[in-house]
Amino acid sequence: MTVTSRRPGIDAPDRPPIYEGTRIPANIPTILEVPQALRDAGDVLEINFGPNHPSTHGVLRLVIELSGERVVGLRAVVGYLHTGFEKTMEQKTWWKAITYPERIDYLAFQNNELGFVLAIEKLLGIEVPRKATWMRMLLCELNRIHSHLVWLGTAALEIGAISMFWYTFRERDSVLDLFEMVTGVRMHTRYFQAGGLAEDIPIGFYPACRAFTRQMPKGVDEYESLVDRNGIWLERTRGIGLLSADDAIALGQSGPVLRASGINWDLRKDEPYLAYDEVDFRVPVHFHGDVYDRYRVHMEEMRESTRIIVQCLDRLEGMQDEPWIADDRKVVLPPREELHTSMESLIHHFKIVTEGYRVPEGEVYVAVESPRGEFGCYVVSDGGPRPWRVRFRAPSLVALEATATCMTDALVADLIAIVGSLDTVMGEVDR
Amino acid sequence: MTAEGAPLRRTPARPGGAERYLGVPGLVETKEEHGEVTLIVDAPRLLEACRYLRDDMGFWFLSDISATDYLGWGEKEVAGYIGTASGRDINTLSSQGYARKPEPKPKRFAMNYHLLALREGAPRVRVQVWLDDSEQVDSVVPVWPTADWHEREAWDLMGIPVAGHPNLTRILMEDDWVGHPLRKDYPIGGEPVRFSGDE
Repeated sequence: MTVTSRRPGIDAPDRPPIYEGTRIPANIPTILEVPQALRDAGDVLEINFGPNHPSTHGVLRLVIELSGERVVGLRAVVGYLHTGFEKTMEQKTWWKAITYPERIDYLAFQNNELGFVLAIEKLLGIEVPRKATWMRMLLCELNRIHSHLVWLGTAALEIGAISMFWYTFRERDSVLDLFEMVTGVRMHTRYFQAGGLAEDIPIGFYPACRAFTRQMPKGVDEYESLVDRNGIWLERTRGIGLLSADDAIALGQSGPVLRASGINWDLRKDEPYLAYDEVDFRVPVHFHGDVYDRYRVHMEEMRESTRIIVQCLDRLEGMQDEPWIADDRKVVLPPREELHTSMESLIHHFKIVTEGYRVPEGEVYVAVESPRGEFGCYVVSDGGPRPWRVRFRAPSLVALEATATCMTDALVADLIAIVGSLDTVMGEVDR
Repeated sequence: MTAEGAPLRRTPARPGGAERYLGVPGLVETKEEHGEVTLIVDAPRLLEACRYLRDDMGFWFLSDISATDYLGWGEKEVAGYIGTASGRDINTLSSQGYARKPEPKPKRFAMNYHLLALREGAPRVRVQVWLDDSEQVDSVVPVWPTADWHEREAWDLMGIPVAGHPNLTRILMEDDWVGHPLRKDYPIGGEPVRFSGDE
């Protein structure tokens, strides 16, 4: 299958299909350098795109060099949002550190929290009750829908489809209402604990969530009816920002970007964590590696996530009175009511809150499929109450590395569609 | 192209866990903990080992590069790490800290390369290289282009000099920043304030 750019006259008219050869810039893979001949001709304009530009998803700065409308040089400058999360987490007890990973990517908060909690649990070797496992899955899929909705709304907004934003934020609000119902907050929930969940699932959540699963597919139908056959949308997304399968792997791309380049790879299927091997879902794969296919993958993933949520609800409704957190008093806070009657519970509570629990010495790397791709969490413990080292493999950072390759032969207007399609969250890039 | 997706370079599955990596060039030690395989590789032969793992073992996907500083591992008095604001020492033996002393580490820094093979079973392997302060490590950008920013980050935040990197500049901190913030001896708090009224 071959794809060539639909835009005439960008480069040679008989541009080779993208699956032949690599388009990764030589020498420095993440920088598009202006050909010397073009620079000598003296007709290259260097401009700053960002860091404060409404379509840079935060504070991304791209230094681009233009020859007419063509982008001939590109260099990404990141770090404006660097807040030292990894360093801060080394100062906190394991228990307190759980609040940080969700804040690095404020759209995929639940998935990031899951990655870190799974890493702690792997070091602790703690058994998690099945109710907690299924609820984690449910919330992670709700979170995936939330993240994709924000992506769709903003990516469409940036290339001119303003109405899309209002439609997607309608469903997004329903998702956040569900989060608020379960956890008390709309974002940055800190609902996952080492050992299970922080609280039991509230009464009334299942019917509310069921109502959402009926609403969501209609929402996706509506979005598709807005843009799927929209001439402007197609013109601005098809054949733009091409990334071949080999280049995507070489550049470490994951998640929707990788799947839009024709690689059938999803950690939920290929390296199942939680109970993803017990639910039925499909991994959408598209083959053109352009902006339009990334959009298609996002849309289909929202439908598949809704299907997973329904299956989670079916299971969870049969687990009403089961425990939601492991019964391990060295790690898990004792139930609140016990504090009034049991001295031991009070001591455990005090010890966990003041000095934290100790995690056995070791190093683990845990990867989960966040809405943006492989979110990895490398954690080192020295056996003490605080992490020795925490490092996040941020899928957004890696996605930005592909900008130079995607931007080969692109126009300046395509830049916005391409950067949008890579779905980066700058909080996660800079950490 | 097949219906399942673009042709991946698949390598035949080999049996076993850690022992299947015995052919890796420069291999010093193999560990298997928590179901994860760690290959400790001699630093000068890192590139050779990476090429072997990619071409012969099918690890075409580099997930991550993490640098770790083990200065003061299991000891007291590392700047910023022992004692809280009120001065309480919570990491001494038999008080409120370690249950036992952690295993000593061979050198100060570890570079961890997390590799993934995109095939059934999703095998992962961690290549670990031990380095002293300011000891160089070869860049793996020629093997996996995605290493570009990861290695810049290791240099920026941990001060690992990566030899042969095409563009080894700071990535998250400013270009004129002094020091490498993720090192254990980097002070916490009290950094010089820019744009203060005194200047």
